[in-house]
Amino acid sequence: MSDTIKFPSLALVPSADEPQSAKEFKSDQEVRWCPGCGDYAILAAVQGFMPELGLKRENIVWVSGIGCSSRFPYYMNTYGLHTIHGRAPAIATGLSTTRKDLSVWVVTGDGDALSIGGNHLIHAMRRNVNLKILLFNNRIYGLTKGQYSPTSEQGKITKSTPMGSLDYPFNPVSLALGAEATFVARTMDSDRAHLTSVLRAAAEHDGTALVEIYQNCPIFNDGVFDGLKDGEEKEQHIIRLEHGEPIVFGAERENGVIRAADGSIQTAKVADVGLDSVLVHDAHANDPGLAFALSRLSNSENLDQTPMGIFRSVERPTYDTLLRDQVAQAQSSGAPDLAALIAGNDTWTIS
Amino acid sequence: MTKQVVPLDRVIIRFAGDSGDGMQLTGDRFTSETASFGNDLSTLPNFPAEIRAPAGTLAGVSSFQLHFASRDIMTPGDAPNVLVAMNPAALKANIDDVPRGGSIIVNTDEFSKRALQKVGYESNPIEDGSLESFRVHPIALTSMTVEALKGFDISKKDAERSKNMFALGLLCWLYNRPTEGTVEFLTQKFGKKPDILAANLAAFKAGHAFGETTEDFAVSYEVKPAPMDAGTYRNITGNTALSYGLVAAGQRSGLPVFLGAYPITPASDILHELSKHKKFGVVTMQAEDEIAGIGAALGASFGGALAVTTTSGPGIALKSETIGLAVSMELPLVIIDIQRGGPSTGLPTKTEQSDLLQAMFGRNGEAPVPVIAPNSPVDCFAAAIEACRIATKYRTPVFLLSDGYLANGSEPWKLPNLDELVDMKIEFATGPNHTLADGTEVFWPFKRDPQTLARPWAIPGTAGLEHRIGGIEKADGSGNISYDPANHDFMVRTRQAKVDGIANDIDPLFVDDPTGDADVLVLGWGSTYGPIGAGCRRVREAGMKVAQAHFRHVNPFPANTEEVLKRYKKVVVPEMNLGQLVMLVRSKYLVDAISYNQVRGLPFKAEELAGVIEDVIKSV
Repeated sequence: MSDTIKFPSLALVPSADEPQSAKEFKSDQEVRWCPGCGDYAILAAVQGFMPELGLKRENIVWVSGIGCSSRFPYYMNTYGLHTIHGRAPAIATGLSTTRKDLSVWVVTGDGDALSIGGNHLIHAMRRNVNLKILLFNNRIYGLTKGQYSPTSEQGKITKSTPMGSLDYPFNPVSLALGAEATFVARTMDSDRAHLTSVLRAAAEHDGTALVEIYQNCPIFNDGVFDGLKDGEEKEQHIIRLEHGEPIVFGAERENGVIRAADGSIQTAKVADVGLDSVLVHDAHANDPGLAFALSRLSNSENLDQTPMGIFRSVERPTYDTLLRDQVAQAQSSGAPDLAALIAGNDTWTIS
Repeated sequence: MTKQVVPLDRVIIRFAGDSGDGMQLTGDRFTSETASFGNDLSTLPNFPAEIRAPAGTLAGVSSFQLHFASRDIMTPGDAPNVLVAMNPAALKANIDDVPRGGSIIVNTDEFSKRALQKVGYESNPIEDGSLESFRVHPIALTSMTVEALKGFDISKKDAERSKNMFALGLLCWLYNRPTEGTVEFLTQKFGKKPDILAANLAAFKAGHAFGETTEDFAVSYEVKPAPMDAGTYRNITGNTALSYGLVAAGQRSGLPVFLGAYPITPASDILHELSKHKKFGVVTMQAEDEIAGIGAALGASFGGALAVTTTSGPGIALKSETIGLAVSMELPLVIIDIQRGGPSTGLPTKTEQSDLLQAMFGRNGEAPVPVIAPNSPVDCFAAAIEACRIATKYRTPVFLLSDGYLANGSEPWKLPNLDELVDMKIEFATGPNHTLADGTEVFWPFKRDPQTLARPWAIPGTAGLEHRIGGIEKADGSGNISYDPANHDFMVRTRQAKVDGIANDIDPLFVDDPTGDADVLVLGWGSTYGPIGAGCRRVREAGMKVAQAHFRHVNPFPANTEEVLKRYKKVVVPEMNLGQLVMLVRSKYLVDAISYNQVRGLPFKAEELAGVIEDVIKSV
């Protein structure tokens, strides 16, 4: 348990009495994902990170929808709800708003969150409910055996699209920013250190945190993120976002993100443009414009320049807090009187 | 000169006009005065789905019917004794309901050639003799109102809009209603607009004075107060009573009430009402859609709240999957369906009882859900509490099936003694409930209470009870995922047995059979209680024998249902659908019940039902 890290968003959740271990967060259920599934790495990272929160285990709830990733709650030794397809954000919203003493986490996938559950996801983010939403994006439907998903690249050949899919994909980070999310980040299953750092930042955030996690499906979409994993290649492709730092990337940090004359953002050689021209990342900017522009550097067709890290992290009162404040305000004027409520203002008496 | 006052036992008045004419307000005010006078009463608002349909059209007619009497009454009445028609459309839309000899007050100012043509009148019915068999009172309501308001600093349009108050004043005189309440009401409503207030008061008084002086009305009428039990009363609609029932259940259970809802007619008023009561710990969330409304409620239930979702039939269709999840997770959830005409969008502002089978069976898999149906506007209060009691005690979703008629209809309510409300003490699980073979104490989320078969309600924050549940089949006891065939068979039967067992925890089916030897039983459920009762009363007054029984619990049926049904030679089941209860009764009890149906979007008329019942009696 770290003494240096504070989680203001969890101030109302009771702390554990003793330091915890990752093992305590492993449930007695056998983990049943396919061999090699990226979900294993994410589960291990989450279980490893949980003790850092220092919260009582019984005050943590994992909520999921349907899909491979949504089995996640069964493997966490906390309270858990494995619900129905796409509805986890809605169900978690009811739980979070009525129980300020809980830390509520949502696990979802690209189909669950962005297809059948798109409406609930955008509205949870719009309301800024105090939920931490982990979106496992493998760009394929796994549990139903390999149909294309709303993040699959156009033209994807699958069982349901033998001549190639026609749909244009969502960019989950762009979508979240458009939905007024106050915290939006991207990380990857295979990079445990980065994944953990993003989980930490998400937990620190008061309000909805949307974390897109690139996750490999070895059965139906194997290798789709390989360009971001290969030791030599990845430094050329991953743009690590650090708040307050120039947005540079490459093995020698030789590339940077600049604003072009037409207002768009582009990548360039730092040697050509000078470090002063390189944009400095501001995750706390109230205007989501730069975050959105950064999110457009990559897409399902092209991961050659893929920003990773926290795109946006801004403060805005949470739905939970605002709701509780209204209740407290209503209750501040004295005890409720049920008899008076029921009688109303217009009674008559028969004797 | 004081005019003669003629005593009457009961009167049915219908105010009808354009959607913008203020007919609902006029009806509400007349109702309030009538309630405070001590009559028994029942009301039926009837309005279009369009907020403002084109003026003067049949589609835009809005009406409010009030039945008041010097004895207890059960329905808003079949046919109005008095129709107030503010324009030709209102006359045309309602004239067929007025019996010959009835009174019609028409606002002649609105009977222009154009207005008549708009609704298909080729000549003016006031003048062409087609209303000869009625007592017609042609009154220039608009121009008299404008004339009465001449000295006021308001526009002609505002003056014209006060005509509903002129009409209300006239009716208050005609039926000797008190007027203080309306004066007070207007003062509160228009306190910040003194000119409008003065105009409305003046119009109201002018209407009253007009009644006193005009020769058109030779007499006025008096309906003496009804003998009612001693107590304090108020007038209340079904939706308001239902809302108060939920607040009361929250107070009795000690749980915070959480409502997740999406606006839909005719259920939105419950969302509006509950949103006012945060003081009572009631939290309301207007969700992004119907599914999120029930989803948020289910999440709140997992957290230990008294969770509720409100909607109408189309919303239930959307919520069905989540209801199935609540069945599977065995969590308390109250699902309120204010039924309206269907299918699809159907008749949003009209009533129907056609969601019974949807509530019973509208889910995938074997997913039994208890169903409770209030039988009057006032009963919505107790029925809501009963739904909360069953849901929390048995850890199950419960349907509460009200409808548009109960939701918007009103009647006097003797205020309940709150100390006598059912005790709903909730006990959350606090520790292990099972010992493994090796002696380890564990918590099993699906180990049931042997009496109720309810599973423990273990809420997050309780140390040692961490558990994971979902929609996948669970192993009996441990609640772990299980695909075992025998376990699934057992769990399906156990969930059904749990709901069936509620039959022993509810009131038996009461039979009203005054002579004890009737051959025919009239069986209903929900909002038809009043009309069926009024129909039976007519039959008995005609010297025939009939028994009445009415389900408040439709699933499970009360334990004595079979015994009751088998006592009678014939069972008649009137429903505002094409025979949904009768299908359940016939299949479960093998009773050759006779179905009588109408789906006009309106409640049954007592006279109509009396005729049906008499025909059956004669056929025995």
